[in-house]
Amino acid sequence: MKGWKEIPEGGLILEPGNSIGYKTGSWRSQKPIRNEEKCSHCLICWAYCPDSAIIVENKKIKEIDYNYCKGCGICANECPKKAINMEEEK
Amino acid sequence: MKVLGMNGDTAVAYAMKQINPDVVAGYPITPQTIAIEKFSEYVADGEVDTEFVATESEHSAMSACIGASAAGGRVITSTASAGLAFMWEVLYIPAPLRLPIVMNVMNRALSAPINIHCDHSDSMGARDSGWIQIHGENVQEGYDNLIQAVKIAEKARLPVMPCFDGFIVSHAVERLEVLDDKNVKDFIGIYKPKHPLLDIKHPITYGPFDLYDYYMEHKRQQHEAMENALKIVKDVGKEYMKISGRNYDTLSKYKLDDADIAVIALGSTAGTARVAVDNMREKGINAGLLKLRLFRPFPREDIINALKNVKVVAVMDRSDSFGSFGAPLFSEVRSALFRKSNAEIVNYIYGLGGRDITVKDIEGVFKDIKEISKTGKVKNYVSYLGVR
Repeated sequence: MKGWKEIPEGGLILEPGNSIGYKTGSWRSQKPIRNEEKCSHCLICWAYCPDSAIIVENKKIKEIDYNYCKGCGICANECPKKAINMEEEK
Repeated sequence: MKVLGMNGDTAVAYAMKQINPDVVAGYPITPQTIAIEKFSEYVADGEVDTEFVATESEHSAMSACIGASAAGGRVITSTASAGLAFMWEVLYIPAPLRLPIVMNVMNRALSAPINIHCDHSDSMGARDSGWIQIHGENVQEGYDNLIQAVKIAEKARLPVMPCFDGFIVSHAVERLEVLDDKNVKDFIGIYKPKHPLLDIKHPITYGPFDLYDYYMEHKRQQHEAMENALKIVKDVGKEYMKISGRNYDTLSKYKLDDADIAVIALGSTAGTARVAVDNMREKGINAGLLKLRLFRPFPREDIINALKNVKVVAVMDRSDSFGSFGAPLFSEVRSALFRKSNAEIVNYIYGLGGRDITVKDIEGVFKDIKEISKTGKVKNYVSYLGVR
């Protein structure tokens, strides 16, 4: 971690959009695991995810971005096919 | 150079007119009201280019000042007493964000009981808020300090609070030498903010959430900025001497070099103390005065040097710090001199809520400390002066 002489004064953020460098996925205690067989690609999880961590490609769910998924469990709760399971983060 | 007759508040407004700040956001409170009121007349008459914001409270006034300063403007306001107290939450924001806001404080007591007259409880309560604090003795110093404050603030990139005594200075008409407008303009120069929020080509964020992983590093930066401000105050004082002929440092000495006993005071009390020093000298007593101008950052080395020959020091505090060992100035002076001086240091709390401080009162202090220097015995380290 950087020392006090190396960081912008007073917590100013001088580089726009640098929140992408903050991997909030490290906060997660429960991890969503998607079951490809059960998933109907309805995209409800994509619409509900507050962290835009459901990655969609060609109108289909490609993966969950664990760099930014905080493990809130909304996707698992909303999934009509029960295709997402929350598992203990190890 | 012109000579005018002005009270402290109108002198502040006059200095503000010459500075012509980008933004002034203010709210009236006795004994500061005249300053902002007079300045608003300059705005209405088109004598300044300032965006004047009449806010609904001091909390909003300081918030508007912070926003305007972050945007990149040169910003001035003023307040006193409960007004300063009402700013509390936002008062701590400009220093770590390095926003050079200037706010004149016309020192006034805090409630309760309600009182509108002078003491230093308001600005002393703000002593840990990260603002540079400068005390002026009279109208001339009030005017001079405000102009210097702009330059100090912008060089140190810290907020500055020039203070003077409410009513005693704010409402007393005195002889005032004002600089020519051009001299003021040249002295303060053009303000170039380091990170203006309105620089849309370089978008930045002010005030994001800061957790335990970086908050302490940012406080360490603020600590350093305040340490560096000491030299800036001195340098700006020297520069100001060149255009005004008036000398400004962190403190000034009066008959102190050969003094055995001395009084330390802030603000208008220094004038009264000088007369008391002269009266003691006539009686053959080697009395002296240290008038402290800069309270934050505290000029520790200068105080040690100024008092090196003094045997007993009486620190005059115009506020109390209830429950502490002595009032704020006493604590600071005593801590600065610890193991650097053999002087006995005693504290007099005086002048609360505008209680008059007379030459006789200060002569009494000199008599007390003369006795201490003779006997080496201190009866009370902390006492109330002029209380019934």
